[in-house]
Amino acid sequence: MPTITYRDALNQALREEMHRDPAVFLMGEEVGVYQGAYKVSRGLLEEFGPMRVVDTPIAELGFAGIGVGAAMVGMRPVIEFMTWNFALLAIDQVVNSAAKILYMSGGQIPVPIVFRGPGGPALQLGAQHSQALESWFAHVPGLKVVAPATPYDAKGLLKSAIRDGNPIVFLEGEMLYNTKGEVPEGEYTIPLGSADVKREGADLTLVCHSKSVAVALKAAEQLQHEHDLAAEVVDLRTLRPLDVATLVASVRKTNRCVVVEEGWPLGGVGAQVVDELQREAFDDLDAPILRVTGADVPMPYNKHLERAAKPGPDRVIEAAKRVAYREG
Amino acid sequence: MTAAARIPSALEPSRREFYVGLLRQMVLVRRFEERAAEAYALGRIGGFCHLYIGQEAVATGAIAALRGDDYLFTSYREHAHALVRGTPARAVMAELFGKATGCSGGKGGSMHLFDAERGFLGGHAIVGSHIPIAAGAAFAIKSRATDQVAACFFGEAAVNIGAFHETLNMAALWGLPAIFICENNRYGMGTALERAAAVYDIAHRACSYDMASETADGMDVLAMHDVVARAAQRAREDKLPTLIEARTYRYMGHSMADPIHGHYRTKEELEEQKSRDPIDQLARQLRQADLLDDDGFKTLKHSVEEEVEDAVRFSEESPEPELSELYTDVYRA
Repeated sequence: MPTITYRDALNQALREEMHRDPAVFLMGEEVGVYQGAYKVSRGLLEEFGPMRVVDTPIAELGFAGIGVGAAMVGMRPVIEFMTWNFALLAIDQVVNSAAKILYMSGGQIPVPIVFRGPGGPALQLGAQHSQALESWFAHVPGLKVVAPATPYDAKGLLKSAIRDGNPIVFLEGEMLYNTKGEVPEGEYTIPLGSADVKREGADLTLVCHSKSVAVALKAAEQLQHEHDLAAEVVDLRTLRPLDVATLVASVRKTNRCVVVEEGWPLGGVGAQVVDELQREAFDDLDAPILRVTGADVPMPYNKHLERAAKPGPDRVIEAAKRVAYREG
Repeated sequence: MTAAARIPSALEPSRREFYVGLLRQMVLVRRFEERAAEAYALGRIGGFCHLYIGQEAVATGAIAALRGDDYLFTSYREHAHALVRGTPARAVMAELFGKATGCSGGKGGSMHLFDAERGFLGGHAIVGSHIPIAAGAAFAIKSRATDQVAACFFGEAAVNIGAFHETLNMAALWGLPAIFICENNRYGMGTALERAAAVYDIAHRACSYDMASETADGMDVLAMHDVVARAAQRAREDKLPTLIEARTYRYMGHSMADPIHGHYRTKEELEEQKSRDPIDQLARQLRQADLLDDDGFKTLKHSVEEEVEDAVRFSEESPEPELSELYTDVYRA
């Protein structure tokens, strides 16, 4: 099976879906001539032409709205935000238009659109370019929110997102574009709303998504070798709808859980996971669930401060030991 | 601001049916809105309810100049646009009443009327948000290479929001078949345009984007028809957008919750504007041209009265949506 980057897996998904359905088009800043700020759209302008790979001015609110209108009349827009930080300028279109038009119209008018781009803390980009905003969007009924962690998942989930028919917020990990993984050559899709057990284990469950999956896997290796604890790593993959069944099944097995995310603690994705688990698996829990989140501060620039603000393997290991009552 | 010069359109007797049709639509909108105000006062209609009384010529003339397969997008003052487009008065009134038989199944309300079958694509209630959405429909038209048009109606207060400028730039840059119709009723809620805009000759805004523009008398239904017909031709044949400023006036408060006059405008100003009433103007022109006499007008009004009364009765008798509807239409299956 070929090993490719997360970036190229997304590129394959876009190319294949654009071949499959002439209604699919890609629109955003630098997606065409420049080949994508992160090169996700490399080669697509040459292959599909400027009506299907559309360079825009820096006008997030405007081109997000253009995507919504095109979707309302039957196109399948993929709107690229250069980063999700800039999508905040367009949040009215995502939340007040895309997410609500099907409902407000009494089911008459679907909005089949994908808003995608990189998100999550990066490296020394400072407070405005380095943050995880997925819980903002996961809060909103009418949206589906996807955050893949591996090249395989990125490709299969983006293809499903484009075909889904609902407005999708697709958050790519900015730090994941160069990561590599096996991706089969043939056609495949991954259903939205399905979590994936990335590593099996019997002693505790680590719940994570996007970049934090790599953090959890690293922590799990160390927990195994240094503390003889077998951690199961559950990658949420989709944050709305949340695959509660897979979470509950894992916690029923391990009886202990730590939720890891890059976002801030208050109202974060982990807060929802904890809520679901305390209701659905209360009797199975042998310890309170702990959360490892980004520090509750705007992201600092300084390298040392930045490292301290991100949820690294050390903090996951510390939390895992606590839920396993392995203090000290 | 000076009112656009009004040159009475010369009526052609052969187009009598067309003129009378426009008159009937304007009377229908007026009577519908009056009955909506009464129903609101009785608590049959809830929330925000923005009436169109005074502005009838804009939607009526503009939509008459468009084709049935063109797309329409509006702000939240949109009962008229749906009615003129052909959504039955029953379905519009029932939506205001929140009933299952409403054109959005009771889930949208006054501000979110939709009628997909007739290309009436809402009913959007964040000021300016539907301007890029309309351009998106125009982008789809261009992409599919059909000769449809996307028309977008918004108030003059929307021209100061970023979405307006971002959209006009892209529409001109890409040559999108869109018509941006600014209904300048002079007040954004209680703020006069002159108090909110550095440049209040709205058509001039198009210069920034090298876009065609026209100013029209929004109290003259035939002038509105003609200006939109020219813009539609420009969109269909030349694939170019147009910004139209329709100078009009609303007789009612911003919404049913707001005063008709008071701190922000005088009663005298309101009365003076009523002398330009769009319905009176067209009725007078028709009478003068011997195309509709008093009896004919009375008959027309009577048939409108029956239609609106039927809509109110239908809405009152219609069922509420089932509670199970709460969770439907959030996602498409």
